Amino acid sequence: MANPTDLSYTDEHEWLRVDGDIAVVGITAYAAEKLGDIVYVELPKVGSTITAGAVVGEIESTKSVGELFAPVSGEILEANDAVVASPELVNNDPFGAGWLVKVRVTSTGTLLTADEYNALIGE
Amino acid sequence: MSEQFVDRHIGTDRAAQSRMLSEIGFDSIEHLIEAAIPESIQVDKLRAPGSGLLPDPVSERDALAELKHLASNNTVRRSFIGQGYYDTVTPAVIKRNVLENPSWYTAYTPYQPEISQGRLEALINFQTMVTDLTGLDIANASMLDEGTAAVEAMLLARRASKSESNVFTVDKDALPQTLSLLIGRAEPLGIEIRVADLLAGDDPEGFGVLVQYPGASGRVWNPTWAIERAKAAGAIVIVMADLLALTLLKSPAELGADIAAGTTQRFGVPLGFGGPHAGYLAVRAGLERSMPGRLVGVSKDANGELAYRLTLQAREQHIRREKATSNICTAQVLLAVMAGMYAVYHGPTGLRDIARDVHAKATALAALLATVGQPVVHDRYFDTLHLHVPGRAGTIGEEARDQGFLLNVIDDNNLTISVDETTTEAEVEALGRLFGATGAFVEAPNVIADDLKRTSEFLTHPVFNTHHSETSMMRYLKRLADYDYALDRGMIPLGSCTMKLNAATEMEAVTWAEFSGIHPFAPSADVAGYLELIRQLETWLIDVTGYDTISLQPNAGSQGELAGLLAIRGFHLANGDTQRTVCLIPSSAHGTNAASAVLAGMSVVVVACDDNGNVDISDLRSKIAEQGDRLAALMITYPSTHGVYEHDVLDITKAVHDAGGQVYVDGANMNAMTGFARYGDLGGDVSHLNLHKTFCIPHGGGGPGVGPVAAKAHLAPFLPSHPFAQSRKHVLVAGDEVTRVAHNGTQISAAPYGSPSILPISWAYVRMMGEDGIRRATASAVLAANYIARRLSNHYPVLYTGDNGLVAHECILDLRPLTAATGVSVDDVAKRLVDFGFHAPTMSFPVAGTLMVEPTESEDLAELDRFIDAMIAIRGEADAVAAGQWPADNNPLVNAPHTAADLAGEWNRPYSRELGVYPFAQGGSSQLTTERVRGKYWPPVRRIDNAFGDRNLVCSCPSPEAFESH
Repeated sequence: MANPTDLSYTDEHEWLRVDGDIAVVGITAYAAEKLGDIVYVELPKVGSTITAGAVVGEIESTKSVGELFAPVSGEILEANDAVVASPELVNNDPFGAGWLVKVRVTSTGTLLTADEYNALIGE
Repeated sequence: MSEQFVDRHIGTDRAAQSRMLSEIGFDSIEHLIEAAIPESIQVDKLRAPGSGLLPDPVSERDALAELKHLASNNTVRRSFIGQGYYDTVTPAVIKRNVLENPSWYTAYTPYQPEISQGRLEALINFQTMVTDLTGLDIANASMLDEGTAAVEAMLLARRASKSESNVFTVDKDALPQTLSLLIGRAEPLGIEIRVADLLAGDDPEGFGVLVQYPGASGRVWNPTWAIERAKAAGAIVIVMADLLALTLLKSPAELGADIAAGTTQRFGVPLGFGGPHAGYLAVRAGLERSMPGRLVGVSKDANGELAYRLTLQAREQHIRREKATSNICTAQVLLAVMAGMYAVYHGPTGLRDIARDVHAKATALAALLATVGQPVVHDRYFDTLHLHVPGRAGTIGEEARDQGFLLNVIDDNNLTISVDETTTEAEVEALGRLFGATGAFVEAPNVIADDLKRTSEFLTHPVFNTHHSETSMMRYLKRLADYDYALDRGMIPLGSCTMKLNAATEMEAVTWAEFSGIHPFAPSADVAGYLELIRQLETWLIDVTGYDTISLQPNAGSQGELAGLLAIRGFHLANGDTQRTVCLIPSSAHGTNAASAVLAGMSVVVVACDDNGNVDISDLRSKIAEQGDRLAALMITYPSTHGVYEHDVLDITKAVHDAGGQVYVDGANMNAMTGFARYGDLGGDVSHLNLHKTFCIPHGGGGPGVGPVAAKAHLAPFLPSHPFAQSRKHVLVAGDEVTRVAHNGTQISAAPYGSPSILPISWAYVRMMGEDGIRRATASAVLAANYIARRLSNHYPVLYTGDNGLVAHECILDLRPLTAATGVSVDDVAKRLVDFGFHAPTMSFPVAGTLMVEPTESEDLAELDRFIDAMIAIRGEADAVAAGQWPADNNPLVNAPHTAADLAGEWNRPYSRELGVYPFAQGGSSQLTTERVRGKYWPPVRRIDNAFGDRNLVCSCPSPEAFESH
């Protein structure tokens, strides 16, 4: 699946759709495929404060466990309950219905463009 | 000359070996070994040949005669000691069809679920038995014993509790060996154990609280109030419960427990001087993801049919490494199967009757004692009477012993008597006479308090209410065994697991009463035969490992690792080096290494591996320099997890020693060097071995295991001890001298010698092989691995080799190029091997996308060739997929394994039914192919959907309706 050009990316294989100081965050199709069948998603609590680079959640597949790193610092405004109930959404629609959290951003870490991310994963 | 066992143990004969040698270009097996194992570590270069301590081998018959003699030095008295271990009647149908049946005991851990449905069903019976009796929501498929189950429950409580406290409260009526184990395991983790009298109103403080139910004193009290207080303060509450008592008593869940744990030994598993037995652990909903151990769940196969497999595996240490919930891998599957089947055979009514009968004997004994004015301390009990006998406890204990009875003498003034399923009325009368009561057995009223009487149902599932006739039970066990693939069907070429022969003679003594009928706390004079067997086995294992002393107490490899790391920790602390807490672990190590290090209070720093899979020496040196005086240890596996004899191992161990660190050598791959090289000579300070790999204890479908920890003399004081050990002294080998040394370290198992009743297996192996036989076994294993590697190298790249292009006892077949070229995955190849009649090799360890093959010395050339032919045929099928002959989503590989139901149903596949199910018979007919067709193993289910089961967690017996097709 091509990485949409209107999104920002991190080297931890997350994407961000930034709108003003609000960012929706998910993991990339590449990450979802590498993890395999995702069976469990643990997300940070709404209202909690996150710090860029820190572990804020977990994504578990039948074969492995991926840590969810906060791509930015800020406050969690929303967590996608739909992926907690149906983790397969992350595999089926990583850039859409499989989004994970919505954050009010106070500061961002290093973000990549789609081209830079494509280069990172060798596509 | 009489027949030698070694020729029965090794599968390839001289003629076969010479054909194999010519295939790989060697003229003798000696030259192969000379070339494969680095000269600098070969034992023959380091000590005079013939100076070893192993006796010359004897025949199978003579070994059994010697074992009989050792057994005759044990005295089997009737045990009334209790304390978590009770005599029990193993139903003969279970003994013969499970414990003594290679279809059950030679199976591997059910990681390949399609060929493991039988034992997975047996384990889900076990889990259902535990959840029903405890009233909790989810139980795992066994723990190593009661004591370690308590430790795991404590660690779970610490993860799950929101309390910031480091205090763990243990009620004073907990089993003493459990308390001692908890104290030892808590200390390195900074947990403080507080013993409290909860009944007296002591505060249940901290992140967790543990209550024994019934208590060690026999007392049965209602801890509901204390549990409520503890939970209100944020603690997780653990109830250590006796499952037989729970048929009459309110369940732990009804008392408010979050976790229940204990042992299932008295459900038909012999005492065995302490083990092996299956411990259990159950939790309320919400704690399952923090749970340790293996868990069986329900899922569905490719047809939507219900099927079982291990679930939530991402919790385990092979994935999570230092973040794992526990270091436990091998559990006690064979024993869990037995205990579960005991419940299946007796059913809820039968179990309740047994419990009532046990309780009735206890009340009758109390009534007899009352006739002579001997009161019992607690008037509410299940099976154990606590007697206060000022100044006379020792004398009474001795008199009892003279009459063939063992009591639990606590001190001069106190003793307990525990009755069990096997206690007779005559024995109750004889026990009464010890106290001067000469009356006859008379029934007395039940003394279980009304507020603790069980009213909730249990074991209502049909499986516990069907197989109550022996015919039905025998057929049920046969049906489940037929679902499964074990060593009695064919090779299980699992890399790093050493699935070698578990010879019938080796198994023989396990069920002898002189070994199986002994309580772990029996007096040392009663276990002279055991102690002598242990002394001999210690000596032999010390000799083959090159260490100075050894402890057989750890009852799994993971526990051996932990014991070894705790010994290193103890050593550093004794030297005042409290800051030495960093454990270096290569990236290729098994995840258990990291998990064990964390439990020993160490932090893990990963060392890189080079392109050949060896420890990257320059990275190691820089990590050592970085850590400075914080370096505690390096853990390495030898030969490496990549199956290579690393040349630099002496440099590696020296670098660690020079920096003040200790070297832990993981013995998982010992089958590649036994008799030719020794861990002690590599610079190891401590190692664990897996007697269930190298020394022939069967895997039992995922346990039992024995993981002895062997060490150099300087670590001896820190090796495991036990408060009730019959002897603290263990063998010490110093040069030519064999003496004794005390082990005073942290207790690691519930019983003093771990799982002693299976030690005769390893004893018999060494006794019948001798040094020369063991060397031949090792050489034959290395030859078999190199033969497979060579013959498959044109079809699959072999990933790592050492000098001269040789591998050790296993080889890694790289499937990644095949997957890239054809889309055929490791899973597809593994499942297609089932159609060919094989258990898959180890998948994706130590390298993702590969298969690791370990044939062992026990397979014959025909079986090795059958495997090679299967792998070559699979390569051909993959190429056909790549060439477009079959679609990528409909071919013999992605559809594997093929079931009989597939054949009977609609066949919409672009290949023949014959190719689907008889792929090994494509070359025309012959006697051999006819035999293989007729003897084909049919998997009972198609490929299982792992994700479905993980997303929809069900871990107890599904209702009969659930089997209706979807």
